[in-house]
Amino acid sequence: MQSVEQQLLKIIADMDGTPEGAYNIRANGTAAGRQTTANIDIKSKTDKPGIDIVIRPGTKGETVHIPVVISQSGLNDLVYNDFYIGENADVTIMAGCGIHNCGDEESRHDGIHTFYVGKNAHVKYIERHYGEGDGTGGKNMNPTTVVHLDEGSEMEMETTQIKGIDSTKRMTRAVVGKDASLVIHEKLMTHGEQHAETDFTVDLNGENAGTNVVSRAVAKDRSTQVFRSNINGNNLCNGHTECDAILMDQAKVCAIPEINANHLDAALIHEAAIGKIAGEQLMKLMTLGLSEREAEEEIVNGFLK
Amino acid sequence: MLELEHISFSAESENGETKEILQDISLKFEDGFIAITGPNGGGKSTLARVIAGIHRPTAGRILLDGEDITDLSITERARRGISFAFQQPVRFKGLTVQDLIRLAAGKDITVGEACDYLSQVGLCARDYIGREVNASLSGGELKRIEIATVLARGTKISLFDEPEAGIDLWSFGNLIHVFEKMHQNLGGSILIISHQERILNIADKVAVISGGKVEAYGAKEDILPELLGAVPSVCKVLNDSVKGVE
Repeated sequence: MQSVEQQLLKIIADMDGTPEGAYNIRANGTAAGRQTTANIDIKSKTDKPGIDIVIRPGTKGETVHIPVVISQSGLNDLVYNDFYIGENADVTIMAGCGIHNCGDEESRHDGIHTFYVGKNAHVKYIERHYGEGDGTGGKNMNPTTVVHLDEGSEMEMETTQIKGIDSTKRMTRAVVGKDASLVIHEKLMTHGEQHAETDFTVDLNGENAGTNVVSRAVAKDRSTQVFRSNINGNNLCNGHTECDAILMDQAKVCAIPEINANHLDAALIHEAAIGKIAGEQLMKLMTLGLSEREAEEEIVNGFLK
Repeated sequence: MLELEHISFSAESENGETKEILQDISLKFEDGFIAITGPNGGGKSTLARVIAGIHRPTAGRILLDGEDITDLSITERARRGISFAFQQPVRFKGLTVQDLIRLAAGKDITVGEACDYLSQVGLCARDYIGREVNASLSGGELKRIEIATVLARGTKISLFDEPEAGIDLWSFGNLIHVFEKMHQNLGGSILIISHQERILNIADKVAVISGGKVEAYGAKEDILPELLGAVPSVCKVLNDSVKGVE
């Protein structure tokens, strides 16, 4: 692999050399390295691009890395990754995509990830998106995440897109079973002329199902963002969705939270707040000796931490 | 030394009239502990904000160790050694208590050092250091963190706007102790806006601001007896009735 790709891997997956545990690295649309373990198997799909990741029941404390890097301008990469997480497993999955585009053609990665989380299993899923390169070609990503949570299982999902992606449409669909829970933390920053859309739909179908969908976003320059979340309470359940956005320059943000209670014991809350950095906050940090610009940076960095 | 020369400040009220909040205030703050007191609405907080650079005076000059800082920004004044604890501390989503103390100290500090400042204001550091300075903290907790940031800065001018407000009775004794200790360790001026007799009592000098003017300024021994003697006709009635109950 070239140094550009290694650099991208470091940014999106904290990977320096080969990671511990199972991994599958996809570079410029082809497999660039794979390792399986006694408990985690990774197989290429035969009918379409992508892989199946199969985690044995009871697997504890293992990590799976499945980063994707693209450094070739004009590449259009579509991939289907399916995760089968066995009962009582407790694993961390790190996915992410880095695009380095110096050319003038669009580079694009569309990843469709489907999770089947078995009974009482626990999954931490971390996904980072990053783009760089001076070319005029677009750096675009459209991740789709589909989650099926079986009885008593939990999934924590952390998605981060901090820099460099010109256009993104993130779609997340989840079905939460009995006593299962889904927690989503999204961090998003757009700048320049970028556009980002996120769309979460969570069906709380099982008794005692729960979800918490939290998005923190910063929109700078002339970028635009749309946040949609839809929680359907179809049983005795708890759902909370929150979108908090800092608006800067000439950016625009639209938040559309929706909650649907279809059961008497569904307890659902939505919150959305969009606004510029409060003058008092800047002032306070300035009294600590920071310039206005430094104060702004600290507030934004803290907000997206 | 901080000097205010003929400071006036006016602002437009809601109905469009110009209101003079500070009128021709001249004060010299030497090193030591100076309490600023006076009735609510008398202009004390405005004066503090003028010193910190948040409000620009409409007339007059501010001198710090002889240098005219009237036209300097908040940042520049902070860098020259003015610290300001807000009456109503600001909340930040995302920034942690440790972040704030690090920014106040102006350098990377260890968890141990940050904890030290927090313990001084009566907070059990371990419980607070990683918490966000957001709505999950109570008003009293925020006030103490605000005071800790000023301690962490350790500048020659430390300005506190009603530090006792929102602090419970149990922590108040501790707070007095913090200021006493600051007084010993920090060469420089500690300016405290306060209504609390116990704070006025540990001051070297007391300034009384009322109706936007300096009503009195001098050694505590000269100002306090008059100040406390002047008000209490009401308090006396209260005391009598309490005694009556006994």
